[in-house]
This record gives sequence, structure tokens and C-alpha cells, in this order.
Amino acid sequence: MTSLLEVRNLKIWDSRTEKIIVPASTFQLTKGSCLAIVGESGSGKSVTCKAIMRLNNSSLQQTGEIWFKGENLNTLSEKQMRKKRGKQLCLIIQNGMSAFDPSCLIGVFAREVLTQHFDWGRKKIEEEMINAMESVLLQEPSKIMRKYPHQLSGGMLQRIMIALAIVLKPEIIIADEPTTALDVISQYEVLEQFKKLRETLGCSMIFVSHDLGVVKKIADEVLVMKDGEIVERGSTKAVFLAPKHEYTRFLVSTRLAVSEHFNHVMKGDAVLAER
Amino acid sequence: MAIYMINRILLAIPMLLVVSFLTFILINLSPLDPAEVVLQAQGVPVITSELLAQTRQELGMDKPFLMQYVDWIIACLQFDFGHSYVTGQPVWSLLAPAFVNTLKLTVISSFVIIILSVLLGVLCALNEGKLLDQSLRGISFFLTSMPSYWLAALMVWYFSVKLDLLPTSGMGSLQHYILPVIIITVSYSGIYFRVVRSSMLNNLHQDYVLYSRACGLPERRIILHIVRNSLQVSVSVFCMAVPIILGSTVVIENVFAWPGLGSLSVRAILGRDFPIIQAYVLILAAAFVLFNALSDIINAWMNPKLRNDL
Ligand SMILES: Nc1ncnc2c1ncn2[C@@H]1O[C@H](COP(=O)(O)OP(=O)(O)OP(=O)(O)O)[C@@H](O)[C@H]1O
Ligand SMILES: [Mg+2]
Repeated sequence: MTSLLEVRNLKIWDSRTEKIIVPASTFQLTKGSCLAIVGESGSGKSVTCKAIMRLNNSSLQQTGEIWFKGENLNTLSEKQMRKKRGKQLCLIIQNGMSAFDPSCLIGVFAREVLTQHFDWGRKKIEEEMINAMESVLLQEPSKIMRKYPHQLSGGMLQRIMIALAIVLKPEIIIADEPTTALDVISQYEVLEQFKKLRETLGCSMIFVSHDLGVVKKIADEVLVMKDGEIVERGSTKAVFLAPKHEYTRFLVSTRLAVSEHFNHVMKGDAVLAER
Repeated sequence: MAIYMINRILLAIPMLLVVSFLTFILINLSPLDPAEVVLQAQGVPVITSELLAQTRQELGMDKPFLMQYVDWIIACLQFDFGHSYVTGQPVWSLLAPAFVNTLKLTVISSFVIIILSVLLGVLCALNEGKLLDQSLRGISFFLTSMPSYWLAALMVWYFSVKLDLLPTSGMGSLQHYILPVIIITVSYSGIYFRVVRSSMLNNLHQDYVLYSRACGLPERRIILHIVRNSLQVSVSVFCMAVPIILGSTVVIENVFAWPGLGSLSVRAILGRDFPIIQAYVLILAAAFVLFNALSDIINAWMNPKLRNDL
């Protein structure tokens, strides 16, 4: 398997305070696989994700190499980078409730994004969106397109982001804690959609999560971050069965209770799937 | 939405009543006896107590206080604000033309202020922390903190006296508007441009901006989204700007001899012409109440969250 994305010596720091947030990260994303990034709050997971998309605040500086299909994303111009965003690299953010412009209809926003990347007419866009929304089990998609974000639930908005990703067909999806803001039931549903997304698109994924139970379900490989540094990496199985770093051991033991609860909610089929 | 609008307008009525009552009380708290003022103004040489009593009766001041208020408010509703103590003319005939003149100045100034504040606010927010932002904020702080009468005098001296470009006072041609509008704009844009700027900045750091960027939307389109959301917040502030400017023209009108409400009220205060003062305060208070209601309605109409809940 070849790596689709290769990050080398990524360093991120705050130019105002000179505080180094991520000293030197190196990792790869294998084509078609899912890489999970776990770690405590403030360990630099979101900053790393945004650095790949070059979307950090202008006060944050970054150096290093981010190789994606023969190009170093870190040296691309803003314009070239913009063409990659959405179409090739898709970010799904944590809080669906605040991810959409509150005074813009969902359908209007989707159309705005899609006309940016495709030469589609209004009808074609509508069709594609509705198909994608149906595939993530959103009911009455054409009605949802005529709603404002505040009229929908967090789980629905999260699924709309996934639907948009399905239409955009990116090569890499970066999901920054996509299930953290949801209740357990919606978490389960959204997670199922992520699994399906990988199956249908065959895309690679970077999946940030606090929840090791979730990570176990979806990831092939795991990175564990602590204070900006990667303290452990390996296949999901290896990391869960035999955590080497003491911090990972701590995470695995404390998250056990949570993941058990999660399994309980996922009931029969999830338990079966695990076997 | 329609129900909300009706409710909001109905709510303005008791507010107007309270405000008018307060106006009435405040004016009547004055230690001066209106009857005495009237007689003095008419140049009566010797003011006897019979004469005073007779005048009081003419003015309806022998009635109980509440009755006086009711009489006054009913008359006001018919645009009858009584007669000037000084000239004996109906207050309405003095007030109406002055009100129109002030309104012209206010509307034009508000318009200029709003356009300028939005432009500068957006410009500064997009260049946050850069030289442009810092210098514009510095200049606006400097201009806002200057007393407007002083600024007015300075500009009249320079543009009208020294360069002889613009008229010093009065109103007539369009040129008469230039200096007063500039001075009102300079004194007030600073405040409103800050409102726009901070609400832009607030929006700039929202998640939806990050997500829109992540979707590959060009920066221009994203800015349009941000501006729309920021203006929603600013609209109510802008609405309240109109009555504030309406009330603040007193200073400017006196500097430029603008025949408006401001000049009229100052003359009325000096001449202790109570009916005019009362009417002036009432008009201003009513403007505040009405624009307050208007700003709530516009806000509800622009904000889909509110629009649907109502
Ligand atoms: N715009 C910024 N300017 C300065 N420092 C920042 C900025 N964004 C994040 N940081 C700092 O970077 C560090 C890592 O933040 P980050 O958001 O990546 O954490 P995280 O691992 O995603 O945590 P969480 O699990 O809470 O989302 C934090 O210490 C934070 O203070
Ligand atoms: Mg985060």
C-alpha cells in the first residue's frame, strides 16, 4: 500500500507568543485506510488537521512538508490550495450546529459549494445532493434543503456535511471529532455513515476522536498525541492490545468504561460486527 | 411574524404614554409659575394676584394635575400642542417646519454615517491588526473625542471664511448641507463603525467561516456571508442612531443657524416657552420609542431564527 498523504516534520507555532504547539510531526496516511488521531484536549489534534488544509488562523505559522500526490501542500499558493479544499481534501468539523451560516438555507450553501467545483446546473446539483442525503438516511432531503441550520439537529447537520462530502468525492476526508457533540444515538448513526462513506468512496480518512470506542470501530491505524507530540503509533489492534506508552495505557483504561457504554447502545449488530 | 409586528407596535403605545407622562411631570417640576412667565412675556407691567389666577384658569392650571395631563395628551394626539407663551402662535405651526428641517439633516447624515460605518467597519475587520485598521481606528477615536461644536467652528473658519468655499450658516442650497453633515458624520461614525467592525470580527472567527473555507469557497463569497450576518446585528444599532442624531442636532443647528428643532428648542428654553419645550421633548421621546420598535421588527425580519419562532 502506498501512502496518499505524507506529513514530514510539521511544526506549528504561534507567531505572536512564539509558543510551539506542534514541534515536529511526521506521519503517513495510507491510501484507502483510516488513520485515527487521539489525545487529550489541547494536544494539537485540530491544529494538525487544519494545518493539512492550511486553514489555521493567520497568527499560527507552520513549516515542514505535506506531500499529497506529488505536491507539497505547504508550498502551494492560496489559490491552488483553494481548488484542493472541498474537491480533494474535505474537512468535517465537530459542531454541526455552528458549521453552517445561520442565515443561509442549507440548499443555497450546498449549491454555492458545488458550483465552485463542478460545472453542474441547478437541477443536477439538486439531484446529486438529494441522492447523497438519502444515502446518509436523511428523510425528506428536498425539505431539508429549504431549511435554515437552526431548524435542524446537530446529527442531521453532521450528516449533511457527510452528504456534501459524498457529492464532492474527495480523496481524503479529515473529520475533526465529528461525533463528540452528538448524543450517543446520533453518534452511532453518524459513525455508521462514516463507515459507509469509506466503503462507497473508497477514500482515505483522518479521524480525530476522544472516544477510543469510536476509534476502535473505524480506524485502521492510530496516532496518539500528547502536548503536540506523537507518543504512539501503530495499527489499531496493536495499540489497543498492547499499548506501549504509559499515556496510551492510561487512555485505554479510562476509556474502557465509555466504550462499553457505547457497545451497549450499539446493541446486537454492533456486537456481532465486533466478533 | 405579523403577530409579532402587531404586538411590538401595541407595546409601543403604553411606552409612549409613560414617556409622555414623565415629560409632563418633568416640565411641571420646574419652580417657575407658567402663568407668571406668560404675563412677563406679554409685557404686563404689574402682575397682580387676580391677574395670575385668571391666567392660570385660561391655561387650565386650576384643574387637578392628572386632569391637566389628560387634557394635554388628548390635545397632543390631535397635533395641538398649545400656544407659545412668548409669541402666542400655535406651537404646531412653529414646530412642524422646524421638524422637517431637522429631519432632512438627520436623514441625510444617518445615511452617510451608515454607509461610511459599514464600509470602514468591513475594511478594518478584514485587515484586523494591520496598519490600515490601526490607523483608521486611531483617526476615528481622535475625531469622535473632539467636541463637535469646536470642530464645527474650526471647519467653518477654514472652509467658509478662509477658503470661502461653503456657506457659513442657514439652509437653502445643497451646499448648506455639506458642513453640518460632515460634522455629524465625523462625530458619530466612529461609534457605529466600531459596532460593525466588532460584529464582523465576531463572525470571522465562527465555525461556519472555517467550514466554508474548507469547502473551497472563495474568500469573496465568504466575506459576503460574514457581512450579511454582521449587518443583522448592526441594524438595530443603526436604527437607534436616527433618534440619537435627531436629538443631537441641537449643537450643530445652533452653530450653523439651521432653522430646525434644535435652534427652536434652545430659544424656547431661554424664553421659558414651556409648551414648545414640552412638545420638543415629547417628539424626541416618541422618536426613540418608535425607532426602538422599528429596530426590533427589522431584526426579527432579518434573522431567520427569530422570524420562525415568532
Ligand atoms: N489560533 C490559535 N492561536 C494560538 N494558539 C492556538 C490556536 N489554536 C489552538 N491553539 C493552541 O494549540 C493547542 C492545541 O489546540 P487544538 O485545538 O489543536 O487541541 P485539540 O487537540 O484539538 O483539543 P480538543 O480535543 O479540545 O479539540 C492548544 O494549547 C491551544 O491553546
Ligand atoms: Mg479539537
